[in-house]
Amino acid sequence: MATRLTRPLALLAAGALLVSACSSGGGSPAPSAGAACEAGAASGTEIPDIVQGTFNVAMVLIGPHNDGGWSQAHYEGLIYLCENMKGAHVAYIENVPEGTDSEQVFRSLSRKGFDFIIGTSFGYMDPMATVAEEFPDITYLHLTGYKSNGRNFGNLFGAIEDMKYLAGMLAGSRAKLDGNPRLGYMATFPIPEEIRLGNAIMLGAKKTCPECTMDVRWINTWHDPVKEKEAAASLFDAGAQVVFTGADTPAVADVAQEKGKWGVTYDHPGSCKVDACLTAPYWIWGPEYVRIAEQVKAGTYKAGYEYFDADSGAMGLFGFMEGQTPQPGIKDLPAADVQLVKDTLAKMLAGTFNRFDVFAGPITDNTGAVILAAGAKLQQSDLDQFPPGAEGNACTTCMKWFAEGINGELPQ
Amino acid sequence: MTAGVPAGSPARAGRSLPWTVRLERRLEVPRWLPFATTLGAVAVALLLSGLVLWVAGGDPIAIFGHILRSSFGSLGVLSDTLVKATPLILTGLACALAFRMRLWNIGAEGQFLMGAWGASAIVLFPVVPDGTPAIVTIPLMMAAGMAAGALYGAIPGVLRAVRGVNEIIVTLMLNYVAALWIAFWVFGPWSEGGFQLSRAFPPEAWLPRLSDAADVVPALSGLTVHLGLAFGLVAAVLVHFLLFRSRRGYEIRLIGDSPRAARYAGVNVARTTVIVFAMSGALAGLAGMSEVAGVVHRLQQAISPGYGFTAIIVAYIAKLHPYGVVVAAIAFGALILAGREIQPSGIPAMIQGIILFSLIASEALLRYRIRVVRRVA
Repeated sequence: MATRLTRPLALLAAGALLVSACSSGGGSPAPSAGAACEAGAASGTEIPDIVQGTFNVAMVLIGPHNDGGWSQAHYEGLIYLCENMKGAHVAYIENVPEGTDSEQVFRSLSRKGFDFIIGTSFGYMDPMATVAEEFPDITYLHLTGYKSNGRNFGNLFGAIEDMKYLAGMLAGSRAKLDGNPRLGYMATFPIPEEIRLGNAIMLGAKKTCPECTMDVRWINTWHDPVKEKEAAASLFDAGAQVVFTGADTPAVADVAQEKGKWGVTYDHPGSCKVDACLTAPYWIWGPEYVRIAEQVKAGTYKAGYEYFDADSGAMGLFGFMEGQTPQPGIKDLPAADVQLVKDTLAKMLAGTFNRFDVFAGPITDNTGAVILAAGAKLQQSDLDQFPPGAEGNACTTCMKWFAEGINGELPQ
Repeated sequence: MTAGVPAGSPARAGRSLPWTVRLERRLEVPRWLPFATTLGAVAVALLLSGLVLWVAGGDPIAIFGHILRSSFGSLGVLSDTLVKATPLILTGLACALAFRMRLWNIGAEGQFLMGAWGASAIVLFPVVPDGTPAIVTIPLMMAAGMAAGALYGAIPGVLRAVRGVNEIIVTLMLNYVAALWIAFWVFGPWSEGGFQLSRAFPPEAWLPRLSDAADVVPALSGLTVHLGLAFGLVAAVLVHFLLFRSRRGYEIRLIGDSPRAARYAGVNVARTTVIVFAMSGALAGLAGMSEVAGVVHRLQQAISPGYGFTAIIVAYIAKLHPYGVVVAAIAFGALILAGREIQPSGIPAMIQGIILFSLIASEALLRYRIRVVRRVA
């Protein structure tokens, strides 16, 4: 009966498998940086499960744990936790898409009995909130979101705008020196976080290069090596001298290398390898994870909305932290510009210069309207929300503007 | 493949073994054979996957054991497996129905998305105000989801029936259109606070889940199986009835086996093409509705990790039989679920691939028999 059907059908099915394999984002090679800490990791494959009698920590990642960017920075934080917290056992699950799939992943980890579960992407927020209600004895930490239940579901993020601001200064200085005062910003989604970081870059660049302008490309993904490459190339082709990425991989620096221009990567110090990489604002999650995990273990963790600045020690600017040497592209920059970056960085690390100083008046937007008068500062709700702001957290000067010098309009 | 190619050529017979192996085309397929080859293919696939796992440094037996435990080992994970299987059952039925008539609907993914959109429109436009009782909201969402999927499915149907346009190309392309259509709505009119998601649906628009009764029966806590599973099972029965007990189903199968014979028999092929495509789209659309109303509770991108494509494989493995689709969908739901368990990811996708290719290869055994022929001196 069905034999006439089978051949085309088999082709179809094979094709479908290819399509679904591609759309799932593909796999990743095996090596595990935490082999020393993770006993099971030595075997090449592992199954996340708890170890009785230890403090069990699980982490859910949106990309591969070795993506050279966002996910790797978190994964290394997890390994740091494993190595620095007595009696801790860690496990991770990678490549978990936001939305539908993630709720089941969080529930499954909860059923296994993990004590502390970390979710590292914005879209995990609602699924984690749901599962946290079902498992009151487990503590959930969500990164980059804005929700907390005040009991066992808390939020954590940091002001990487501090470092983006400094990187903006360097990029402005570089573009000016090269005689092409044009920057590019490859942004992920038009959400307050990405607009805030773009504005921080522009505000920084204006300090060293008042005539600098910046183009923006929205790529609508956090992790897509191919798309990131294309967007970076498009910005360079449109005339940019230095391009920033808001996404997870080092693609922007690789493209800069090919084009003889400059790139600023993000998230992980290892992302800034090629000579064309000017610098990289990056995260150091380990100490924060240990701090919170210790609190969870001791029962003193207060779930809420935590937002740290550079003085937490949880972020860095590649080439400028202790023991690092600046990238080749920094060496011939005007000494005054580099000194300004070093001085501001020192103040940031000392806690005397924070995100509210980055966003201090006077600030004008790219339509000429005054966003902030001289001497005025933004509030936290202004920094991370669209009008009118969440309930009970209303913003007045909400993050829906582009700083002077940025070409383009925000999607309405 | 040409028929009956002898593996050992008789010309070289003199110095070789005293027997030859021949592949001969089967004239009749014994009833037990398809079942046996399927089982055999799965066994071979597991063996091959185990080998790969072993080479990659894992313990295959422990990993397979873990896959079983983590997809069927407890009530909780069984519930998760069924949640994953639900959209696969409905989209799998959508594919099976169309494939029966040799209509290659590769567009279940797009029809799924349009169904999700249609259902969402009921509460997001909104067609009915918040607070409308579920007994009104849910049937409306079902109707809207199925209608959206059916209309979307009818497009390639009409093009094929009227202009003879290749439906593979049209349905494949329409998948992208549907994904961008969803993107437009969640980035634009339905965006919540600039984020690429709609607001959450009001609770009246949520399909009831087992865990809703956890207040009364605590054991049900965390069991997220929702009413969509019932949609899938009922749909399987209906499709079975349609295909094997109705006149229309007879026509569908007749067209599938021999379009020319069907035409001589007076079957209106064009009309049936449009109808089958619309029904296929409606099933996939219902899957989309069931997923947004039963699992996601809002509209956003990435509501489907490729259910509409996996459905093609499900339909194939089920040999286009509606009840087989249910079984295959549950098996794939389990694989997707247990797949999350093995890190780094990618290995479970490989297992799926090996199973599929083993099954395709095993088809050869259905059409050919291996015969060992003793040489007569």
